[in-house]
Amino acid sequence: MNRFSALFSQLDGTTRTGAKLEALEHYFRSADPADAAWALALLLGKRRRRLITGRRLREICLQATGLPDWLFEACHSQVGDSAETVALLWQQARPSGLEAEPPQDAAANQASQVPLHQWMEQRLPRLAALQGEEQAAAVGVCWAALPADHLLLVNKLLTGGFRVGVSTGLVTRALARSADLEEALLAHRLMGGFEPSAEAFTTLLLPAEQGQELRTRPYPFFLASPLEPGQLEPTAPGSWQVEWKWDGIRGQLIHRKAGCSLWSRGEDLINDAFPELIALAAALPEATVLDGEVIIWRRGEPRPEPFASLQRRLGRKAPSAALQRECPACFIAYDLLEQGGEDLRELPLQQRRQRLETLHRQWLRSCGDGPLAGRLQLSGTEVLEHWSGLDDLRDQARSRSAEGLMLKALDSPYLVGRKRGFWWKHKLEPLRLDAVLLYAQAGSGRRANLYTDYSFGLWDGDPAGGGQLVTFAKAYSGLDDSEIRELDRWIRAHTTERFGPVRSVQPLQVFELAFEGLQRSRRHKCGIAVRFPRIARWRRDKPASEADSLASALALLEAQA
Amino acid sequence: MLPPDSLLTLTPEGLFCRAAQAWIDPWRPVPRALITHAHADHARPGCGEYWAVGSSEGILRERLGSGIRLLPVDYGQLHRIGDARVSFHSAGHVLGSAQIRIEASGESWLVSGDYKRCADPSCAPFEPVQADVLISEATFGLPIYRWQSGAAVAAEIVRWWRSAPDRPSLLLCYAFGKAQRVLAELAGLGVEEEVLLHGSVQRLMEPYRQAGVAMPPTRPLAELPRGESLAGRLVIAPPGAMRGRGLRGLAQAQSAFVSGWMAVRGARRRRGTGRGFVLSDHADWPGLLQTVRDSRARQVYVTHGQSSVLARYLREVEGLSAAPLEGAFEAERFEGDGEPP
Repeated sequence: MNRFSALFSQLDGTTRTGAKLEALEHYFRSADPADAAWALALLLGKRRRRLITGRRLREICLQATGLPDWLFEACHSQVGDSAETVALLWQQARPSGLEAEPPQDAAANQASQVPLHQWMEQRLPRLAALQGEEQAAAVGVCWAALPADHLLLVNKLLTGGFRVGVSTGLVTRALARSADLEEALLAHRLMGGFEPSAEAFTTLLLPAEQGQELRTRPYPFFLASPLEPGQLEPTAPGSWQVEWKWDGIRGQLIHRKAGCSLWSRGEDLINDAFPELIALAAALPEATVLDGEVIIWRRGEPRPEPFASLQRRLGRKAPSAALQRECPACFIAYDLLEQGGEDLRELPLQQRRQRLETLHRQWLRSCGDGPLAGRLQLSGTEVLEHWSGLDDLRDQARSRSAEGLMLKALDSPYLVGRKRGFWWKHKLEPLRLDAVLLYAQAGSGRRANLYTDYSFGLWDGDPAGGGQLVTFAKAYSGLDDSEIRELDRWIRAHTTERFGPVRSVQPLQVFELAFEGLQRSRRHKCGIAVRFPRIARWRRDKPASEADSLASALALLEAQA
Repeated sequence: MLPPDSLLTLTPEGLFCRAAQAWIDPWRPVPRALITHAHADHARPGCGEYWAVGSSEGILRERLGSGIRLLPVDYGQLHRIGDARVSFHSAGHVLGSAQIRIEASGESWLVSGDYKRCADPSCAPFEPVQADVLISEATFGLPIYRWQSGAAVAAEIVRWWRSAPDRPSLLLCYAFGKAQRVLAELAGLGVEEEVLLHGSVQRLMEPYRQAGVAMPPTRPLAELPRGESLAGRLVIAPPGAMRGRGLRGLAQAQSAFVSGWMAVRGARRRRGTGRGFVLSDHADWPGLLQTVRDSRARQVYVTHGQSSVLARYLREVEGLSAAPLEGAFEAERFEGDGEPP
């Protein structure tokens, strides 16, 4: 555990990407494969299993330290994380004097020598399997033997809350470097999950030619970047494929010998949630892999349903027949990655598109008017003569229930991750309303003890008399650090009431909110659900009476339709 | 709230002692101010006369103006001011910091100011003082706060600094107190290399040198010849300097923030400075409790930060009469805003 703990400190103690990369690479080069496998799984965030709840750890900690419950609460609101609060309080309660140091005895030494994989495979699961007093005693013994820096780590691993500021891409790059492998190859080998074991780790890092059969795994997604001004003008509009950007979730639909599967962009297997799309995959020729959008689209309708409909299907283990009828899933294909077992990713987009169109025509003929009709669509392409028409075209997205446009270079290969220059996304300008800050709640983690979660209201009725502010949206992002601090101080000084962690404030501050769309909703008090609201700016120039009304929100909602 | 007829009361100007006709660390200009220490939220400009410990004179004049009327006192010396007997006792917070004890009509009060109990080579050690009533700060009044010795933290800082010989190491410390404490702790570890200072730290070095605090040689960063490499150099600057200019050549530096707040991971990540070293000039939880016990006070009032939490703990767990003291004591302090902690 010593080595992994040192790696954690290094990653946690720097904001420089270069330093993180170096630390990771060094760790992977030198760690025992059994430990490195676990480190990899933890860093990729694929093994966040909760072994013991934060609440239980808190209970054990309070029982052992004798501290009152309310004091834990006060500490927790300062720290913003149960596992860390417990770690800090346990250190505090260690039986020792004012200047006590963490245990330096043989037990501590021994505990920190236990390798990571033994912690993950034996020690921690064993603690989790115990119950009641026996568990409390065992956890106490475990804590007592740990030096301070391991205490936090062990608690984080127990609660499944282990996180450190490294992206999947960064971990992949470091691991690829440590084994002199191509990053794209490693990304592909990691797709679809990694079960930590020494053997799996060693196999993962085999040289390219001896590697495992990749055709059993999904392909790493190729991602588009937000369009940067001036990037398109030097090129001919005809050298780009222009598609609508749909408001669903990205998916990879696979039919291979081993079976059919649907993977989300977050590398979750979502077969269970979308049985009709698995049936669709089965109806495609074997050894086919499609990249596309999962979206709700009723047969015969000109437009797909809003994202909220898709949300009703996501995360369902077994959607009922009624739900499937009400919210039928559809796969809008935009790329063909594998056909007849052949990896097509090196081919230019134009050629992949031709093959995809042929495949789609064949499928249409074969499925006819059967139960699968309409479940597979081809992402339509638009024709653009001049760049001057780009924004006009994009603005039609809203009436098609799309988010904007995608621009893909006709000669682009299908790469791994986000590589700029080949694929651009050009999203609609967001909708905007000025709303009044009504409630605030402290965040957690790095925003602990800082009021950063805001609720905003719009006027229902006349602000000058009889009108009321009605809660309309919550937003967490959009302010910079200094604005967050300033607003935090303002909130503390202008609190009117406290409801547990939430404060209501004097309705004085106006913020311009940006969001992607509006929808009628019975679940929301104001009757409207907002898609991806965030703060565009702080309107210090506006008094609350000049904020927007519910009527103007409804007008926007009507205008979208 | 303090009882209206007690030895100390709270006026809009701050804590007031009628018997001495004096305010302690007043928030607004008053005729007579008794100053616990020279941090900006305790020593404010515009008062008629200032009573403060002699070793804080240089800093007070640097910050409040060289022309202020200052009456320097020694630790432990008993002064008769009006009908009260007043003494200043070392608080161990920064150079010249004091707890102020006031006695009149058979009752004694102790105002702690900011204080800490762990060893600090840059100032006199904390002195436990008894009084009937104690007014204590509680900036770090939660049991999650418990400090390691300054020497142990300094050793970590040195390890961090030495681990990057190819780039500068930028240590963010409050300009008055923390920066000099770190320097003194480094000297204690035998560091003799020159340390580079931001201008606002530099300005406060002279009083410390005069007080005979042993520190490594220092030089203002601005005096370094243009083009001279900063690789492997240690630079000390206040946290605010990250945003401003005056830190040329430090784009590639590894940076770390030195503060008690760094005990909490979220607070450190929020600062975005990378590494955090937990070193505070305020009392930690055990230090606060010990001070309350040592004072043998029958009544405790708590100011700053976690005042209501500490007061409740003293009442419910320690069985003492204790209450938070509201007022303009910066009810909620934040890491990196303003000067202390």
